[in-house]
Amino acid sequence: MSRLPPFQRFLDAHREDVWRYLVAAVGREAADDCFQETFIAAMRAYPRTRIENPRAWVLTIAHRKALDHHRARARRPVPVGAVPDAPAPPEAELLGDGVWERVGDLPPKQRAALLLRFAGDLSHREVAAALGCSEEAARRSAHEGLKRLREELAA
Amino acid sequence: MTEHLTPPTFDPADAAAAAARFSATAHPDVSYALIDSPVGTLVAATTDRGLACLSYSDHAGGIDAVLDHISAKISPRVLEAPARLDLVRRELDEYFERRRTAFDLDIDWSLVSPFGRRVLAATREIPFGEFSTYAHVAAEAGNAKASRAAGNALGSNPMPIVVPCHRVLHSGGKGIGNYTGGVHRKEALLRLEGVLLG
Repeated sequence: MSRLPPFQRFLDAHREDVWRYLVAAVGREAADDCFQETFIAAMRAYPRTRIENPRAWVLTIAHRKALDHHRARARRPVPVGAVPDAPAPPEAELLGDGVWERVGDLPPKQRAALLLRFAGDLSHREVAAALGCSEEAARRSAHEGLKRLREELAA
Repeated sequence: MTEHLTPPTFDPADAAAAAARFSATAHPDVSYALIDSPVGTLVAATTDRGLACLSYSDHAGGIDAVLDHISAKISPRVLEAPARLDLVRRELDEYFERRRTAFDLDIDWSLVSPFGRRVLAATREIPFGEFSTYAHVAAEAGNAKASRAAGNALGSNPMPIVVPCHRVLHSGGKGIGNYTGGVHRKEALLRLEGVLLG
């Protein structure tokens, strides 16, 4: 079919992928706001012609909304007392969702590549398209991110 | 650690709730809802201009086909937003309870051709409890010889009940004619209005 499905069907098809990605990228609390922003932007841009890869398309939008969220948060002063919880033991973090908090502390390129690759379940090629870099660069960022995580967890 | 990270766990109900919040607060070009009625479930769709479609959910290829049609002909920015169809639902409820004999809803004619629009405009003038013929409606639409074309326009009426194509019958006792939702529904509506007895 050359035309797009009604937006409701697009939303139903991708809501879980976007939600899972955003839980990893911004945490559960901020996920809802970013989810709303993502689909508002997606619906505004929703064209009448086919999108080559709708899942990668909407995850790319979610990636940008997550960046916006982090930028807005970085501008805000950190309130006194907002000390992060003591880190859980490395083993538990590796197995649980805690590893995604550590991903959030990685350099931007590594963080973005790991989020899109493993929380968004995109291929390296799709990650590259989302980030506007080469496939090789996307692969390298993910590799370096994983390496750095391993080193931090071993420390 | 392998070259892999496990995706975060999440509750699918949270994603569904976020999506429902989006549908309820966003501003789509077309909002739709499923509406239960004594003649079956209806798919109702509205734009800012008014009601654009009221389809029997088991006809015209079903709900998905109706939404595909709307998506292609009006806009793909279509969301399920039942609250935006409250007025349509209320007027339909009143009609089926015989508390309403005419609909006050605004109509969006986007899915109707110019000739079809003239035919349906003439059809809207037929009062509750009365009936007309294909030939008469064709004449009202400006072409007395086009009763077959008028029949086709009525057959593709995108908003039955509200535009009462069930009130258009064959002339000369040749039966009540076809209906977009099946003849049994035409009979049910005509019984409700007291045109058919029993």
